[in-house]
Amino acid sequence: MSSTNQGADGAYPLLFERSVPGRRGVLPPATTVPVAWNPERLPASLRRARAPLLPELSELDVVRHYSGLSQRNWGVDLGFYPLGSCTMKYNPKVNEAIAALPGWQRLHPYQPEQTVQGALQILFELERDLCALTGMAQATLQPSAGAQAELLGLLLIRAHHQHHDPAHAARRRQIIVPDSAHGTNPASAAAAGYEVVQVRSNDRGLVDVKHLKELVGPQTAGLMLTNPNTLGLFEEDIETIAEIIHAAGGLLYYDGANLNAIVGIVRPADMGFDIVHLNLHKTFSTPHGGGGPGAGVIAVTPPLAPFLPGPRVEYDAAKNQYHWRAAGPWTVGRLREFYGNFGVLLRAWAYIRSLGAEGLREVARTAVLNANYCRAKLQDCLEVPYADRPCKHEFVASAREVHRRTGLHAQDLAKGLLDRGFHAPTVAFPLIVEEALMCEPTETESLQTLDAFVDALQQVVHLAYTQPDELRTAPHRAPVGRLDEVLANRHLKLRWLPDPPATGPTAEGPTP
Amino acid sequence: MSYLPHTASERERMLAALGCREIDELFTDIPPRLRCPQDLGLPPPLRENELWQLARSLADRNQDLDHLCCFRGAGAYDRFIPAAVAALANRAEFLTAYTPYQAEVSQGELQAMWEYQSLICNLTGLDVANSSMYDGASALAEAVLLATGVTGRTTVLVSEALHPEYRQVVETYGAARGVTVETLPAEQGCTRSRETASLTERKQPAAVVLQSPNFFGILEEDTRAIGEFAHAHGGLLILVVDPISLAIVASPGELGADLAVGSGQGLGSPLAFGGPYFGFLAARQEFLRRLPGRIVGETVDSQGRRGFVLALQTREQHIRREKATSNICTNHALGALAAAVYLSLLGPAGLTEVATACWRNAHYLAERLGRLRGVELLFPSAPFFQEFVLRLPGRNPEEVDQAFLRQGFLGPLPLSRLLSDPKWQDTYLVCATESRTREEIDRFIQVTQEMVA
Repeated sequence: MSSTNQGADGAYPLLFERSVPGRRGVLPPATTVPVAWNPERLPASLRRARAPLLPELSELDVVRHYSGLSQRNWGVDLGFYPLGSCTMKYNPKVNEAIAALPGWQRLHPYQPEQTVQGALQILFELERDLCALTGMAQATLQPSAGAQAELLGLLLIRAHHQHHDPAHAARRRQIIVPDSAHGTNPASAAAAGYEVVQVRSNDRGLVDVKHLKELVGPQTAGLMLTNPNTLGLFEEDIETIAEIIHAAGGLLYYDGANLNAIVGIVRPADMGFDIVHLNLHKTFSTPHGGGGPGAGVIAVTPPLAPFLPGPRVEYDAAKNQYHWRAAGPWTVGRLREFYGNFGVLLRAWAYIRSLGAEGLREVARTAVLNANYCRAKLQDCLEVPYADRPCKHEFVASAREVHRRTGLHAQDLAKGLLDRGFHAPTVAFPLIVEEALMCEPTETESLQTLDAFVDALQQVVHLAYTQPDELRTAPHRAPVGRLDEVLANRHLKLRWLPDPPATGPTAEGPTP
Repeated sequence: MSYLPHTASERERMLAALGCREIDELFTDIPPRLRCPQDLGLPPPLRENELWQLARSLADRNQDLDHLCCFRGAGAYDRFIPAAVAALANRAEFLTAYTPYQAEVSQGELQAMWEYQSLICNLTGLDVANSSMYDGASALAEAVLLATGVTGRTTVLVSEALHPEYRQVVETYGAARGVTVETLPAEQGCTRSRETASLTERKQPAAVVLQSPNFFGILEEDTRAIGEFAHAHGGLLILVVDPISLAIVASPGELGADLAVGSGQGLGSPLAFGGPYFGFLAARQEFLRRLPGRIVGETVDSQGRRGFVLALQTREQHIRREKATSNICTNHALGALAAAVYLSLLGPAGLTEVATACWRNAHYLAERLGRLRGVELLFPSAPFFQEFVLRLPGRNPEEVDQAFLRQGFLGPLPLSRLLSDPKWQDTYLVCATESRTREEIDRFIQVTQEMVA
């Protein structure tokens, strides 16, 4: 690491610590119009007293700063990233190259239709292909992420009940979610104004159908389910579950976080789902960007289509033209500005076009093969509950025994993996498995990578029993040592403040 | 095309390790009757060269802003983006990472987000910021929900001059939670404190929502007074702002706002037909624990060195489930990272130059257009930043669009596209950012003149 990226106390410098008063980076366009800037032309009440306090850096300072930061960050391009339920597969470079074309990047969202025919065709084809893959009738590409899609799905459920049985719609106030569900499911249900009711998992790791029967009734608005579930297990009773929910007048919502296991093999519509969300940044390979942007898509059966947000794209075959069609009168409304994360949608379109249906089916088959292979190899060193049948794209191992014998937690094993050149699996989720390590290898990882990961995890477990302190203080070979989360929450420092802090939390810089 | 690594013999070895002969044996838990047909009607797979050709040919069916000179804004702006922004933000270690759950190997992302939070606080003059929302509109909706939670009230008062799509998103998010959205009327394009006084008293809103510069480009002059009314009646002031304008315009903190939100598109995100961009959300300290989304905090590592982690996670859905402050999980971190790079490259002097160039270009354009016979400036006395509204009496929007397109311009936005009230029928929202040159502006004036002649 270059000396300029190493602060005096060994910490990586902050942008603000690199700042030199008066230094300039990139010069923006200079205008030559014969109108001068004069702050006096702004009403006094609207003038900013001082320019905002931003760092003053050269372009190279900025390049070094962020290049150095990138070297302190782990991504799929560097190595294995088996974060469960996140589907950290390879993000194809050609999709990035396509998305970088000015023909997409330099399009204003409010351009006339005739000037954006290529972009409209992408949206039209993506909706068509995602409907084909889910068995649904129509889709909206608007939601910005899975959680926003969930919110929309729940609003559709509410709209459906209000439309078909207005007298009793208010009574349908409950959304059922399994105890193994992603946290976004109950949070989205609450955001949509619903009560959350939890259905238990049975001893096979699946929805307890008997318990579900007890829970449903005229108060049930719907059930949110991911299939395969977060244990990586296919909900074998899905048809019965669908019957129970539908018989009670509820709707069945498919959380598509785990679609990678079954894409091209089973369609949510055929399982009885009414509404599906898809995370394009998972199954459809768009990069996760350090926490987004993703894209959610909501696809629905015909009766729910009138409630979708708009606009959507339609094709006029007679004129060979694509055009916008505004939402209908029953729409639940808009979820965001403009149309959706077009750049993400475009990459997903490219991915689907490159693989086709057969290629996508191979994706699912290989993802499942990889997960089962890892699981089988790890069974010697870690407990793997529910291993009486194949898992799908992911599995959950438990470090319960390690914890009982050494006091170490799953998180300590995770830190040990970081020292061995691997990102860790998802830790401490799902909540129904003690000391959970939720592992999703994805289909793009090679046999050599999987073997090396299994070796590393075996070493770490061995270390837990022989030198537990080594793990308690791990990682030792990461850019920083174990970070103190308790301190971070006890003494909140959520932003940089100038030193000395006499200028206060809303400090301003010098007058320009 | 395929991104799958296994050779046939590797696959055999893996299956052998599982005691299987076929991958299908791993799918026996799926009832055969649920299996879908082989042919799903998807187009056939393409090799990389074929995909590239197809994508290029479709991109060529668009007329992008390298071929059209843009005088359209309305929430998405044709801004200069330094080359270094994409070069740094798209580095693979950032691009192909996820939410920094393992902090020790995610220090790059975490520090960049912590610095981003600091930059947003400095820009908005507020105390705390989260590490991004999806977009400006949903950031506003979350801010409104926060206000209803804080105050225990269900009505919000929203300026008529708010971007209509923002308003629609607030309504969508609010409807589910029983929030009523009431309109604060605008007069001559501005929201006035006189109106607000009586309405806040009658409606007792959880918050008053103003946008400045507003949808019509106007800088709201009564913001401070309106905030005082809101506060006097126990409500909050939420401001929607353009981050570029904040280089020269009083910050939300200075104006008395409790929460500030906006679209970060102008800070280094390409237009990309509407997204992905990101939204920012900043607040006064007292609302910290009610903020939605990820927040990064500073801490130390085992050697006492500075480091960064996700803080206050007990607000979030993965811990709190249905009691979380929001359902947001994945945010728009990459856009926020691009914004931090953009602001670092420009610095205070550069950002001020961008803002003043917008102001100068737009004011030059407005002055010249205002002199043309057949062109009417709709709100001639209101202070504005980079956009203003024209009336072109007797012209229909389709004609105007086409006339500009023929001359190589993406002309002003016909307001009738977004606003249904007939009073907007022949009005147009014009925008001139720092990207426009004097020559382009002069040519645009000439084309307008010829059109109205």
